[in-house]
Amino acid sequence: MESSIFAADRRKRKRAYTIMLIIGGLVILSFIISMNTGHIRLSPLDVFKTLFGMGVDNQPLILFEFRLPRIVISILIGSGLAVSGAILQGISRNALADPGILGINAGAGLMVMLFVSFYPVTSNAPIFLLPIMALFGAGFAALLIFMLSYKKNEGISPTRLVLSGIGVAAGISAAMIVLTLRLDPEKYQFVATWMAGSIWGTNWKFVVALLPWIVILLPLVFYKARVLNVLNLGEQTSIGLGTPIKKEQIWLLAAAVGLAGSSVSVSGGIGFVGLIAPHLARRLVGPRHELMLPTSALLGSLLVIAGDTIGRTILQPSEIPVGIVVAVIGAPYFLYLLARSRA
Amino acid sequence: MSSIHPSEIQQTENIRTRPLVASFILFGGVIALLLGIAVSVSFGAADIAFTTVWEAVFQFNPDLTNHQIIQELRLPRVLGGAMVGACFAVAGSIMQGMTRNPLADSGLLGLNAGAGFMLALCFAFFPGLPYMSLILFAFLGAALGAGLVFGIGSLARGGLTPVRLVLAGAAVSALLVALSEGIALHFRIGQDLAFWYAGGVAGTRWSHLEIMFPWIAAALIGALIISRSITLLSLGEEIAVGLGQRTKLIKLVGMIIVLILAGAAVSVVGAVSFVGLIIPHLTRYLVGVDYRLIIPCSAVLGSLLVVLSDLGARMINPPYETPIGAIISLIGVPFFLYLARKERRGL
Repeated sequence: MESSIFAADRRKRKRAYTIMLIIGGLVILSFIISMNTGHIRLSPLDVFKTLFGMGVDNQPLILFEFRLPRIVISILIGSGLAVSGAILQGISRNALADPGILGINAGAGLMVMLFVSFYPVTSNAPIFLLPIMALFGAGFAALLIFMLSYKKNEGISPTRLVLSGIGVAAGISAAMIVLTLRLDPEKYQFVATWMAGSIWGTNWKFVVALLPWIVILLPLVFYKARVLNVLNLGEQTSIGLGTPIKKEQIWLLAAAVGLAGSSVSVSGGIGFVGLIAPHLARRLVGPRHELMLPTSALLGSLLVIAGDTIGRTILQPSEIPVGIVVAVIGAPYFLYLLARSRA
Repeated sequence: MSSIHPSEIQQTENIRTRPLVASFILFGGVIALLLGIAVSVSFGAADIAFTTVWEAVFQFNPDLTNHQIIQELRLPRVLGGAMVGACFAVAGSIMQGMTRNPLADSGLLGLNAGAGFMLALCFAFFPGLPYMSLILFAFLGAALGAGLVFGIGSLARGGLTPVRLVLAGAAVSALLVALSEGIALHFRIGQDLAFWYAGGVAGTRWSHLEIMFPWIAAALIGALIISRSITLLSLGEEIAVGLGQRTKLIKLVGMIIVLILAGAAVSVVGAVSFVGLIIPHLTRYLVGVDYRLIIPCSAVLGSLLVVLSDLGARMINPPYETPIGAIISLIGVPFFLYLARKERRGL
């Protein structure tokens, strides 16, 4: 009996690893496709040659200075947002939690907007400050939302959490509208594109600013996967199993805010990645976080790269920000989940 | 049943109506509204004395600049604000009554986003469309948004709960806003659209009001006619059927009225949320549960709120105007959060 459980477990793990490999392959595939497509087409062979320093004319410039940083950033923010969403869904036990819906992105956005309106975009503004400012905003919004949805005897109820998030997001976007209308038209176009969620940080500086957050936080969260598993069982059970839940909740929440805030600071308001990726991952590899978290990170990257590539090519010459593409894919999926949910 | 349980007293306490308060609100509200309109007309980039306002209205002299300002800019703007406020508030109270949903509001339920999406399409593909057609498209858009939200919300097992409606509203709004933004970025109509989104009555002209007025008047009268049935619906679908109401018909008529009101209001003022949320709650708290009283009172209070917010929008940071939608959101969001915190039944 016992051995068959272990065998089933092994089979499940094996299957999960296969799925992760497949998604990883798809990420690499879209990586290559994304490098080929754009205003100037590069054939796969050109890309390959250029990567190994044999590019001609402006090929190295296009590849290394424009496309590659953008794709690397897509991968980073995709995984950051997806894991952030997975954590939020885990600790709130709410299948519809997402940093965008909960207003964390909006909080980060407000701070970024303030920052941008004080420093001109073109100057050498201290770019490393950007993720930190965004983190402040995201953290402030998250704190506000959790304080609003916390009641002394009942703890945090999932529905109150979502409703407070929607309310806070509405309030913050009202504040942002007041600010945007006072910008001059040039800055306005920039901020509008940013708010719609576009990977505007198309140079390596942004990669460097974002990379440490993702590289440090992701493994830490993966390491905490088992805590999330226990929290998923419900508050009473987790206390019974000896988990210091308050501490763990706060810790994980901080990680989620860090991931979402730093990603949003570069990418703008991309919603729904944090919602869709964990759901798909759960459907593919099951609810265990040690498998589910890496899978959703991969799926998030895939989603953002694909969205960005589609946005760049579908309506040439204008670029549709990836946030819009993802919202157009993600909102119907969210509605589908909502329609299937039970009372 | 000789002894009445305390909770029953509590309940009768809760569901009683207060016609006296209602008539006071109607009377006092209309006076306050007139005062607000007068102040709002006289205040602005150029301060104009009350006597001049009076003369401009009743002894109009086209040679005087101040009279021109009042007749051509200030009056339509302020009257437009009053109309829009009444529209949003009545639309909100009808929705809250029919769906028994405390969080119903045209902004939260995707109507505004739908209308905005349609307007984005119009700006992009048919620039220079006459105002009449813009209004019609705004209706269609509002209907699209509402249809999506209610349709998807009621697909779910367990039916339409308030939370589900709000969630569906948020997602449908996100989708429609994303599409509008895509269109705006592609056709470079972003800032036009943003001014519209932020909400403002500054661009209102007499011609707009003339086109809008018959629709709004008809819809408001229609709302008063079905107000009794809405009271019954607000007691619950079964009770309403038991009392001989044709609930399907009433709901259809109510929905059409809501679409006309919200569509017309959105096409004038842009995406202003929360008027339809705050005002009906406030009115219900003041006058009780009878929609024959709630609907007229919330129309008056809604007008008052928008007129005062518009005044505030001009006073906060002169000579710039703060978007009125943002001001109302700043009042509305705390109220929404309060409701979300308080509400537990059915959530």
